[in-house]
Amino acid sequence: MTATEPVAATAPAVELRGITKRFPGVVANKDVEIRVARGSVHAIVGENGAGKSTLMKILFGLLRPDAGSIAIDGRETTFHSPADAIAAGIGMVHQHFMLADNLTVCENVILGSEPTRRGQVDLRAARARIRQISDSYGLDVDPDALVEGLGVGARQRVEILKVLYRGARILILDEPTAVLVPQEVDELFGNLRDLRAEGLTVIFISHKLDEVLAVADEITVIRRGTTVATVQPSQVTSRQLAELMVGSELPSPRTGESTVTTADMLQVEGLTSTSPDGRPVLDDISFVIHRGEILGIAGVEGNGQAELVEAVMGMRPVRGGRIVLDGVDLAGVSTRRRREVGIGYIPEDRQRHGLLLAASLWENRVLGHQTERPNVSGPWVDRRGARADTERIVREYDVRTPSIDVAASALSGGNQQKLIIGREMSARPKLLIASHPTRGVDVGAQAAIWDHLRTARAEGLAVLLISADLDELIGLSDTLKVILRGRLVADADPATVTPEDLGSAMTGALR
Amino acid sequence: MRRVDPRAAGLAIGAPVLAVLFAALLSSIALVISGSSPIETFQSIVDYGTRPHNLIEIVNKSVTYYLSGLAVAIGFRMNLFNIGVDGQYRIAAFAAAVVGAAVPLPGVLRIVLVILVAVVVGALWAGLAAVLKVTRGVSEVISTIMLNAIAGGLVFYFLSPERLGVQATSNQIRTELLPADSWFPNFALSDGTLYGFVLVAIGCGAAYWVLLNRTRFGFDLRATGLSESAAVASGVNVKRMVVASMLLSGGVAGLVGLPVLLSDTHYYGQDFPLGYGFTGIAIALLGRNHPVGIAFGALLWSFLERSSLILDIQGVPKEIVTIMQGVTVLSVVIAYELVRRFGLVRQQRRVAAELSAQGAEARA
Repeated sequence: MTATEPVAATAPAVELRGITKRFPGVVANKDVEIRVARGSVHAIVGENGAGKSTLMKILFGLLRPDAGSIAIDGRETTFHSPADAIAAGIGMVHQHFMLADNLTVCENVILGSEPTRRGQVDLRAARARIRQISDSYGLDVDPDALVEGLGVGARQRVEILKVLYRGARILILDEPTAVLVPQEVDELFGNLRDLRAEGLTVIFISHKLDEVLAVADEITVIRRGTTVATVQPSQVTSRQLAELMVGSELPSPRTGESTVTTADMLQVEGLTSTSPDGRPVLDDISFVIHRGEILGIAGVEGNGQAELVEAVMGMRPVRGGRIVLDGVDLAGVSTRRRREVGIGYIPEDRQRHGLLLAASLWENRVLGHQTERPNVSGPWVDRRGARADTERIVREYDVRTPSIDVAASALSGGNQQKLIIGREMSARPKLLIASHPTRGVDVGAQAAIWDHLRTARAEGLAVLLISADLDELIGLSDTLKVILRGRLVADADPATVTPEDLGSAMTGALR
Repeated sequence: MRRVDPRAAGLAIGAPVLAVLFAALLSSIALVISGSSPIETFQSIVDYGTRPHNLIEIVNKSVTYYLSGLAVAIGFRMNLFNIGVDGQYRIAAFAAAVVGAAVPLPGVLRIVLVILVAVVVGALWAGLAAVLKVTRGVSEVISTIMLNAIAGGLVFYFLSPERLGVQATSNQIRTELLPADSWFPNFALSDGTLYGFVLVAIGCGAAYWVLLNRTRFGFDLRATGLSESAAVASGVNVKRMVVASMLLSGGVAGLVGLPVLLSDTHYYGQDFPLGYGFTGIAIALLGRNHPVGIAFGALLWSFLERSSLILDIQGVPKEIVTIMQGVTVLSVVIAYELVRRFGLVRQQRRVAAELSAQGAEARA
């Protein structure tokens, strides 16, 4: 993969040099270098948590970088707020629409920058401008339509119109296809090409590789907070891009001797679940995990992995199917009871689902195990017991902290994760759900976490492993299944499969 | 916390003190603008407010405020905003007054019954908002404030001579008087009467602390308040917690009207005080939902209120005290938020520093 020079001789529309942003507890950005040529569609790809959103927040003035420079059209600038970014001609189309349903398109678009005439909102002028913008970029938006009557694709076009109305010449689209059906995706790509033809610059954030390859002029890959390559779509395949995204020079996770037994620990049969609007998010999922087995689920983010975990944890209503843990049917069993009968849970988003960030480490040790010794005795919290056991976890799982009284938010991501793993293992679970267990942690902690998962497996646990890191999946799993649009579409043998094959299966290109 | 970090403790105490000083500064400016001398005014406020008789009145009033602040704080710890304490205590006190006067029971038992009825009615009234929230997703902010109006209307309707009230004088309608043997015992001091209910309030504060900090239920409640998503993943049934904490909050709210009912008026009349529920919100904010903090907040509030009586006599507009109260709440809230953020950054730095020192030792 070669880094390419921008085609245009003029200064790039956006140039980011050496952007670094540190947060306590998470991987953010480090030495990010991106040049976006004017009048091009530039894609930024990377798995969730790789640092794309942080980067875009920096570019849109929501965050200030700790180091590095931003140049717009060759001029170095500093953004103190989104208002500065808008003034510099940058517009952001957020993943989640920010529209008022009960207003018309026109009212939504002008909201916050209303044109006035003699102190009154000049709706007629606004309407004319919106028509004009809509026509010149082929957006096909009716200024008088009520937003509540619009479909998802049309709403997105209104969002795009909104930023164009404010004079944006550089558009940032954050995961714009996440909410669209395939036809709408095609329409969106048509719009983007029109925008490019009019000389606008589009920065397109995504982790869907086939889409990126279809629409982008250039692609920058971000991994673990830093830019690893800038490539042209004609020079790479979807497989190579996936490889760049997940990386393959990481320490190799190997499981060693197989410990798989024939005893079923978790049986899932015909599991089905739908989203609130009736779309199936889990479609007839069936699998078995035996004692001492790690089952890896591979898939592009957002294909039902999170929903599968929630269903097994009892946090999501299911339409049909059975979940049986060690002979016990979990139908209608509460999340708390499921934890008590033996499910350990390492959540995908540890800060939102795994920790009370403002609470101390020992209180976080109690979290999720509020009914178990040594944390409680009867209705009382056993502070002494919980504290002593937290000290043990800190020691045995090498959680780097000066004290168990510091807030969880003070720890680095890897240490937070080690605390969670120690906590979940201390209840001696039968099933461990590990959702992206090494996301956003440094390499050292990653190796330690892999060790802990191997130990769990050796102790006879069933492990359900969800990950976007294909090396991790292949290296740790005894069995691999591929999930696509809520269905398990393929099996793979981790002993023989390559990340490339797996990547193809994940995008539905193979088989 | 086993290991008390002296600087953290200093911050925790320094913040409210600084906030009160800042509020005093702003109030001084208001005084100067209104043409009064700040120093003389503060002097007379302190002189007047610390007279023994007034001190007793201040403590009596703060008993009511304390219970109200506690009721609001229970909701706050769960991220629930119970604005309905006002309606809850009024309907609870009214029901308690009616039932207490109607049921023939000997003294102490009648007191117990009155308290019980007040707690249950307050809890049920708050429970309506909880049920609306968990079944229909109605924000408790909206429902409780509307229930305030409904509670006021219900009490007004039933407090008439044709229904549950009696015409005491030509312009006074009230409930039947509670028999004297079931008035709550007070402390007769040389300079006045101290409500015996102060002990109930202290007991409630202690129970609140134990419940939140020492029990499983309290842990679940705090966890839900800190992060609902993490609480759900940990197995907390959030809907059940919403109902439970609203019932608790309403139950404590039911007690708010009782110091007045049981120790002072002994009936519920048209002139029964209202608005204590809203004062409770300010006091819970002042006390940062901590039982001791709320006590200080309640005392400060009623001290300022009592002291305002002297200002009229001195020709100073007594609204100046309202300004002081408002400014104090704002300063305290802002000061605590600043301290919280500063403390967080400081702790993260400290952790990083200690760890890198450990790392250096390990390498050496």
